[in-house]
Amino acid sequence: MNQADTAWMLVATALVLLMTPALGFFYGGLVRSKNALNTMMMSFISLGVVGVTWALVGYSLAFAPGPALVGGVSRALLRGVGLEAQGTIPHVLFMSYQGTFAIITAALISGAIVERMRFSAYMLFIALWALVVYSPVAHWVWGGGWLAGLGALDFAGGTVVHVNAGVAALVAALVLGRRKDYARQAILPHNVPFTLLGAGLLWLGWFGFNAGSALAASPSAALAFTTTFLAPMGTLLVWSLIDLHRDQRVTAVGAATAIVVGLVAVTPAAGFVSPISALAIGALAAPPSYFALVWRARTRLDDSLDVVAAHGLGGIVGALLTGVFAEKAWNTTADGLLFGNPAQLGVQAIAVAATMAYSGVATFALLKLVGLVVPLRAVTTDEGLGMDVSQHGEEAYADGEGAILVLSRSDATLAAATIAEGRSA
Amino acid sequence: MKLVVAIVRPDRLGRVLEALFDAEVQGLTISRVQGHGGEREHVETYRGTSVKMELSDKIRLEIGVSDHFVDTTVSAIMLGARTGDVGDGKIFVLPVEKVYRIRTGEEDQAAVTPVPRVFEGSK
Repeated sequence: MNQADTAWMLVATALVLLMTPALGFFYGGLVRSKNALNTMMMSFISLGVVGVTWALVGYSLAFAPGPALVGGVSRALLRGVGLEAQGTIPHVLFMSYQGTFAIITAALISGAIVERMRFSAYMLFIALWALVVYSPVAHWVWGGGWLAGLGALDFAGGTVVHVNAGVAALVAALVLGRRKDYARQAILPHNVPFTLLGAGLLWLGWFGFNAGSALAASPSAALAFTTTFLAPMGTLLVWSLIDLHRDQRVTAVGAATAIVVGLVAVTPAAGFVSPISALAIGALAAPPSYFALVWRARTRLDDSLDVVAAHGLGGIVGALLTGVFAEKAWNTTADGLLFGNPAQLGVQAIAVAATMAYSGVATFALLKLVGLVVPLRAVTTDEGLGMDVSQHGEEAYADGEGAILVLSRSDATLAAATIAEGRSA
Repeated sequence: MKLVVAIVRPDRLGRVLEALFDAEVQGLTISRVQGHGGEREHVETYRGTSVKMELSDKIRLEIGVSDHFVDTTVSAIMLGARTGDVGDGKIFVLPVEKVYRIRTGEEDQAAVTPVPRVFEGSK
């Protein structure tokens, strides 16, 4: 047990938890005002739904000793998760830290199905997805499963979090179908400052995500911190230059997107590459996601907030580039292609392909299963009215005009009593 | 000359504009308004306080047209705005006494006849 490690991991856990509300702002700004609350709630509710399932069984399925494909149930209900050391930090803290990853990974998927998915169906879906998809894949890479055995490098979850969520998002967008207005009307972001705020807070939280993945206050954490600092800068610059070249203008939504893409790309590489390589990874990650985004908007695929282009493709690029730029001089674990170990790139490709295949198939099956219990989509008139009013009975920007107070029974009794008192006085 | 005033659902505005432009109706003004029609009010709850929202968001269109254009305009709005549910809105056609075009000082019929469209190249 190490007190410095424990102190850093306490902070890192809080930072990663903040990323989920931040994602709510990032996504919430990109939708129409009538769907702002619904979109933000899709992130927030993951704190409840996935957080609870994580404590009940998710943690065990990911990290309890078990076969190569999935963890066991020996840690269910947090049995045996106490104050003893897990590595150099208390076991309870390790469990909390890993829980924040499960929460945001499920929330990431929501970007593909905003403005149309029934909220109850979404809650059921992410509860199941976290258990059936996230936990096993986390076990493969971090829980002593088969990808770890193979030597796949994934410092902070490029495959587990981003490729996984990106593929699930693609499947979800296809199964749910397009929004009724998609490609018929211009659907514009209602609050770009929210999106910038979300991107900024995501970056802050990501220091906990990547540097925390060292699980110690160590030189490796410092390296991961620095690469997380540099990579999005490279992406932001290249993205802006592409914007400038194509349209003579640098866009704010583009800048927010670029930051996220850079963070996604450096996630698997964070503690394995040199700072200059991180800058290169960030820069190289910009063009694929940029052009995937531009191309996607012309297709019939309504991956509404481009989870596939940002997280799926950004994650794949990052995972593969980790196999290119990894450097033993910095990580003491493995070299990549550029440093004389081309085989690493192959291992990275296997990790990506396995994650994509499993996530794709399992997500499809889960959505079909949930669809048997609750219709996946909101009814069309509710979609037209807006998901805030139809799913939550609230408005993001209510002005209160024309609102008439509904007195509940107890309120009515109270009001009558007050009136009676007034008369007698 | 008539003034066509239409109240439509906000989420049908795109379709209405499309239909109007297809029918070559080009001059119009819109405003965001709130109104009470026959539709069911919805209930919202904020921390235990429930409120019935008696007013729904609507879009009001105002279109000045010459007499022979009234039917075209009205049917374009109908086409774009109709969902078949209560709350689709209303169209009013009002007589107009005088119309002036500010830029040229043209009056009446000439003032509501659209000028040939000038296409500006994109920046």
